[in-house]
Amino acid sequence: MKISFPHMGYSYLALKWLVENTGHECIVPPEPSSRTLDLGVRHAPEFACIPFKILMGTYLEVAEKGAEVILTSGGMGPCRAGLYWVMHQYILDELNTGVKVIAFEPPLCDLKDFIKKLRWVRRTGGLSVKEFVQVLRITWEKIKAIDEVEILSHEIRPYETNRGETTRKLWQALEMLDKANNEAEIQDAMQEGLKLLRDVAQDRSRNPLKIGIIGEIYVVLEPAANHYIQIMLGEMGVQTDRSIYLTSYTRKNTIVNLEGDVFQIAKPYLGEAPIGGHGANSIGETILYARHGFDGVVQLAPFACIPEIVAKSIIPAVSKDYGIPVLTLFIDEQTGKAGVQTRLEAFVDLLEKRREVKAKRGIERLVI
Amino acid sequence: MSKIGIPRSLAYFIYFPFWKTFFEELNQEVIVSSPTTRDILDDGVREAVNDACIPIKLYHGHVADLASKVDYIFCPRLVSVRKHGDFGTETFCPKFLGLPDMVRLAMDNLPPIIDVRVDLKQGKDELLNVCSQVGELLGKSEAEIKKAYQRALLVQKRFKKLLSQNMMPEEAIEILFANGERKPLLIQPDLQIAVVGYPYAIYDDYINGRILSLLEKENVRVYTQDMLSDKMMNRQARNLPKSMFWYFSNRAVYGALHFMQQKNIDGIIHITAFACGPDSIVDRLLEIEARRHGQIPYLAIAVDEHTGDAGVRTRVEAFLDMLRFRRDKS
Repeated sequence: MKISFPHMGYSYLALKWLVENTGHECIVPPEPSSRTLDLGVRHAPEFACIPFKILMGTYLEVAEKGAEVILTSGGMGPCRAGLYWVMHQYILDELNTGVKVIAFEPPLCDLKDFIKKLRWVRRTGGLSVKEFVQVLRITWEKIKAIDEVEILSHEIRPYETNRGETTRKLWQALEMLDKANNEAEIQDAMQEGLKLLRDVAQDRSRNPLKIGIIGEIYVVLEPAANHYIQIMLGEMGVQTDRSIYLTSYTRKNTIVNLEGDVFQIAKPYLGEAPIGGHGANSIGETILYARHGFDGVVQLAPFACIPEIVAKSIIPAVSKDYGIPVLTLFIDEQTGKAGVQTRLEAFVDLLEKRREVKAKRGIERLVI
Repeated sequence: MSKIGIPRSLAYFIYFPFWKTFFEELNQEVIVSSPTTRDILDDGVREAVNDACIPIKLYHGHVADLASKVDYIFCPRLVSVRKHGDFGTETFCPKFLGLPDMVRLAMDNLPPIIDVRVDLKQGKDELLNVCSQVGELLGKSEAEIKKAYQRALLVQKRFKKLLSQNMMPEEAIEILFANGERKPLLIQPDLQIAVVGYPYAIYDDYINGRILSLLEKENVRVYTQDMLSDKMMNRQARNLPKSMFWYFSNRAVYGALHFMQQKNIDGIIHITAFACGPDSIVDRLLEIEARRHGQIPYLAIAVDEHTGDAGVRTRVEAFLDMLRFRRDKS
């Protein structure tokens, strides 16, 4: 069976390994390009959000390469991402691609269905339960390792003395992880990768600005969708912290729900949680970043993203109460890299000025 | 006696009789915002977050219209009205979930907002619970609340019955509360068309370019999903790979699917709002389903703050011409 899946950040490395080691052929989804987006925009509904369009394009691209099955996630709403697979299937059928979309609904909602689909993947690949569990475990380890090196790269980048070196080392580290085939190898590759990153020439005398990145999961996780915002900010000398990583996401949403406290923090501003996607999280996380002394927050969201619009309408109040500037970037197919960069540069200038003023006048609040 | 303001938007078209009766039984005065006008729309566009869809902006406008006239604004947080959907988690669009907070934080000088949480999937007495919360806020006793609640249920039931007799909500509200009379039905309609979509898009005359009266003038009999019983609609859930997550969307989809299977329906018009999140899914789904249901003609009209009567009229007339041409040919 030729299997593919959505491209989301660097997770494709682990998922590729998963598919290949369950005895299937993997059609690796290409990194979303302008062609992907063009294809997606042509066939997706006009007001679908950008993740839908990018995935639509990706699915059509992997269909060209011969993919027969696409594995993806479902959802329980009210964010429309949970219905993506339904619409994607409708449209793929209309275009006679013959591709089947199999969506894993949250196990908490429908455990039977979840197990049934997992069993299908295992049986068609010809694995025993024990082997399959082992493969899943290693995949999970791999995802965790990928997140580890990525997190470190964002910490180090603002200190690098040779621009772009951290990113090059990150690629190397990811390549090493790609080749690892068992838990020990993954550990070795990860340690090696972390070391590579730590060895990047750095100027530790800098005191970089700290910006938190919040928003909708897909545009936060997929650098090709957000114009490599973390790398861009890092190279402007800003340290970024991202609210969502795949490991935190999966852990929180499907196994244990640790998000309760974020919702609690958001409660004074939003009386209902969750409201779908990461809408309520965005509000809570803005408060958390403010409490942890961050200089600013960037909210990333697809154009017309419902939960993030709710968040955006509430965030100005949070921003005022906690004295933390927030820049909201709504991303659609018209968004250009230069536009994002200009706005980020202006935002960073503002934060720097603010820090200067703060330093001069003690901790007096600057009203923007 | 205090004045309770109910914005003439969103859930108004479906649940107004219940709340009007409930409040009036508790000796409160109910004030409804005026039907949508250019000023209300402009106010809404100014007050609401710029990325919001047009119905949400409009709601802000209606709240602004009420703000100086009332003591309370009734803006419940609609979470669910039934247990439905593949996981029993049917809810409303996230913007409904955050609506009271959006309104409160976006606008200044508002009277207190009654933002009770309506989550009826919790159990069958939940609506009474919600009513008790509202009643206690107004300082009413348990007995009074219960009586008002029962009376309100009764009126809502009559309202639903009137709708099921192919009546539009505004007309039914007239009959219930103002001794209005039923408009005579078209004796010999030329065409029969189903108009589906969200109540606040279909029945708000201003925002959809008066499409319903336009159709009436063209001698068309109009059906909407609100004229169908829940039972008729829910039957359609089986024909979908997965139900929508949103109550109003499910109604629009089920209604449209139901009408597609009726032989006497000549065409379907879907009224959708610009940048409506759920509708990006609903609209394409209906388009594909219409094609699969024997090529039933399907027209989608997206409304936004710039929709003019002329634009809607041109498209509707073209659609009707096409339907007549098609009929005459066969």
